[in-house]
Amino acid sequence: MPKNKTVYENCDVLVVGGGMAGTGAAFEARHWGRDLKIICVEKANIDRSGAVAQGLYAINCYMGMQWGENQPEDHVRYARNDLMGLVREDLGYDMARHVDSTVHMFDEWGLPMMRNEKTGRYQREGKWQIMIHGESYKPIVAEAAKKSADKIYNRIMITHLLMDENKENRVGGAVGFNMRTGNYHVFRAKTVIVAAGGASHIFKPRAVGEGMGRTWYAPWSNGSAYALPIAVGAKMTQMENRIVLCRFKDGYGPVGAYFLHLKTYTQNANGENYEKKWYEQTKKLVGEYIDHHPTPTCLRNHAFIQEVMAGGGPIHMVTKEAFQDPHLETIGWENFLGMTVGQAVVWASQNIDPKYQNPELTTSEPYVMGSHATCSGAWVSGPEDLSPPEYFWGYNRMTTVEGLFGAGDTVGGSAHKFSSGSFTEGRLAAKAAVKYIQDQKAEDINVSENQCENFREIIYKPLENYKVGRNEITAGTVSPSYILPIQGLQRLQKIMDEYVGGISFNYMTNENTLKKGLELLDWLQEDLEHVGAEDYHQLMRAWELKHRTLTSQCVTEHTLFREETRWPGYYYRGDHMKLDDENWHCLTVSRRDPKTGKFSMEKMPVYHIIDDEEKKFAAS
Amino acid sequence: MSTFVYMTKCDGCGHCVDICPSDIMHIDPTTRRAVNIEPNMCWECYSCVKACPNEAIDARGYADFAPMGHSVRVLREEEKGTISWRIKFRNGTEKNFVSPITTKPWGEYIPKLAEADEPNQGEINSQILYSEPEGLNTKKELPTISKSSFKKGVYY
Repeated sequence: MPKNKTVYENCDVLVVGGGMAGTGAAFEARHWGRDLKIICVEKANIDRSGAVAQGLYAINCYMGMQWGENQPEDHVRYARNDLMGLVREDLGYDMARHVDSTVHMFDEWGLPMMRNEKTGRYQREGKWQIMIHGESYKPIVAEAAKKSADKIYNRIMITHLLMDENKENRVGGAVGFNMRTGNYHVFRAKTVIVAAGGASHIFKPRAVGEGMGRTWYAPWSNGSAYALPIAVGAKMTQMENRIVLCRFKDGYGPVGAYFLHLKTYTQNANGENYEKKWYEQTKKLVGEYIDHHPTPTCLRNHAFIQEVMAGGGPIHMVTKEAFQDPHLETIGWENFLGMTVGQAVVWASQNIDPKYQNPELTTSEPYVMGSHATCSGAWVSGPEDLSPPEYFWGYNRMTTVEGLFGAGDTVGGSAHKFSSGSFTEGRLAAKAAVKYIQDQKAEDINVSENQCENFREIIYKPLENYKVGRNEITAGTVSPSYILPIQGLQRLQKIMDEYVGGISFNYMTNENTLKKGLELLDWLQEDLEHVGAEDYHQLMRAWELKHRTLTSQCVTEHTLFREETRWPGYYYRGDHMKLDDENWHCLTVSRRDPKTGKFSMEKMPVYHIIDDEEKKFAAS
Repeated sequence: MSTFVYMTKCDGCGHCVDICPSDIMHIDPTTRRAVNIEPNMCWECYSCVKACPNEAIDARGYADFAPMGHSVRVLREEEKGTISWRIKFRNGTEKNFVSPITTKPWGEYIPKLAEADEPNQGEINSQILYSEPEGLNTKKELPTISKSSFKKGVYY
């Protein structure tokens, strides 16, 4: 066992992850808890961490209530329509009614907002999106977190949550290690807000060589958002609802501004509008959902995937018309430079100038997240004034583990919150956490030295595995007694790809393949006891892999439970190809028993708290 | 692209090591200069390129899909509040862009909440957040809805 120092820290509010949700939580916690000790722990450097590390060119969630542009109920209708009816409307409404105040703060803090010259309002990209020059979006919100928190710890990966030993099912803090010093860090805390990242790299990506890291979602988002709560028995919801993105090929450059602002459109290799071709076929699968407006993201993916499978590819984005306008051309390029530089590199390398050539699109590998056009995550309490009894247990955004809160990608059911909504959800969770402390719910928490020491041993085991095993072999990467993190990661990706609906099988899965997948995941889980890490950087990769694997097990269990194809274009249950509202117009909820590691599944009702007066049907 | 470091420009200052979100920029113990130790975990986010004071870090398109001969260079100037990009195609086409990165002096307009007005008595039990309801700019209270309108099941 290496001689690593143990560093103890006691605090009131512990924020795990310093991305958009985490910075929002750290900021807001100070307003309500003036005398509380607030700590934020980040795996990388808070100035450039999380999904917004390289910037954003748009804020995708802004109501514009001050100008009467949208109301929170409009956003609920939009999000539930896009997710084929299944969202937590209480959480969505709650996020939407607060998000404008968040965006107004960003404006005050110096985030460059584009404005419409005629109206003076924020420049709309689409109904919900406003355009920004957001290269420094993350450093700006990081500054706000730094001003509020007592301390920010960078380069510490949180691996486990600590549990109270006096009261069952109550959180007591978290532990992790510093990947620079190797020190072991124990944070005893009255409340914990998990604001970590969703999961990229659990399904095999399209690029598997040097370009493996060019996933759409950041490669450092390793599913800690889910693995941390799952491991302590918190309930999870809609984990089957993975997302597939239709994006520019290879670089995964964003298409939102292209579709909405530049008014570009897609066509197949023969110049045809292929989406219409698949209307009747899609209607047989999902019924009237195909007539909803706007067409749900998954159904647009579905038409794309069907067209490519039928030989109509490649699919192109028609940019040649819009890019003749120099202003729009600039927006098109700056859109990438502000948030996906890699797409500009791909186009420069392949001489793709969208002014003269229509660029190719592709559908991505699946990702698991809670903030985009998808809503996987923890099953949390909603706010008191909006939530029906099944959705409310005292504190907004608290998971089913007492004192354990979630925000951003951690929270399930609240889709389409994006960067601004995630920051807002962090604020909501922080206020609730402070109230929980003020209500004396966090008294007499006992986290024994024994519990901390056990985790210490578990955390550093991959270093020991490597040290011992490495002496058995002459050189190289092949060992009979350990696997390296990258080897385990590629095994995970292959299992998920082939058995749980990845790109190689055109997102197809069924009961038989899912059961096989679960068996293989169990063996991988056992083998991860033998993962070997050469240094602290690899130790981080080992724990990222463990978090990804636990997330994957949960995703697979959920996918097996839901016996329908709710979101064609995200994945297909080949044995239940149709959407089945009679049996599955519900939310799926899982719990993994921390003692046995077994998952149990249940259905929870969907409450529609907003009526459908505004429902519009597509013209065709 | 993955990033790489020019031997003659890097002085081993470690700014890139400090900022890399993927923890893949490290100082090589032999050359005492920065190196990308895991190119296949690089998101090409350019955080290291922007942070380098010596313009020593560049990116070369990922070997598995990007033909050679291109470049995307960046200069981030915090004092000026701008970011400038130069894109060079394989065929020599060049494009230049400049954007603002902030509208205010760095950090000055972000409040220190520990010193700001305290919340009113009882506000912790309300639904409002810091700066609300005023910060919504609607001149109205925070919206809510009546629970009597909730419907369970397939009704929308």
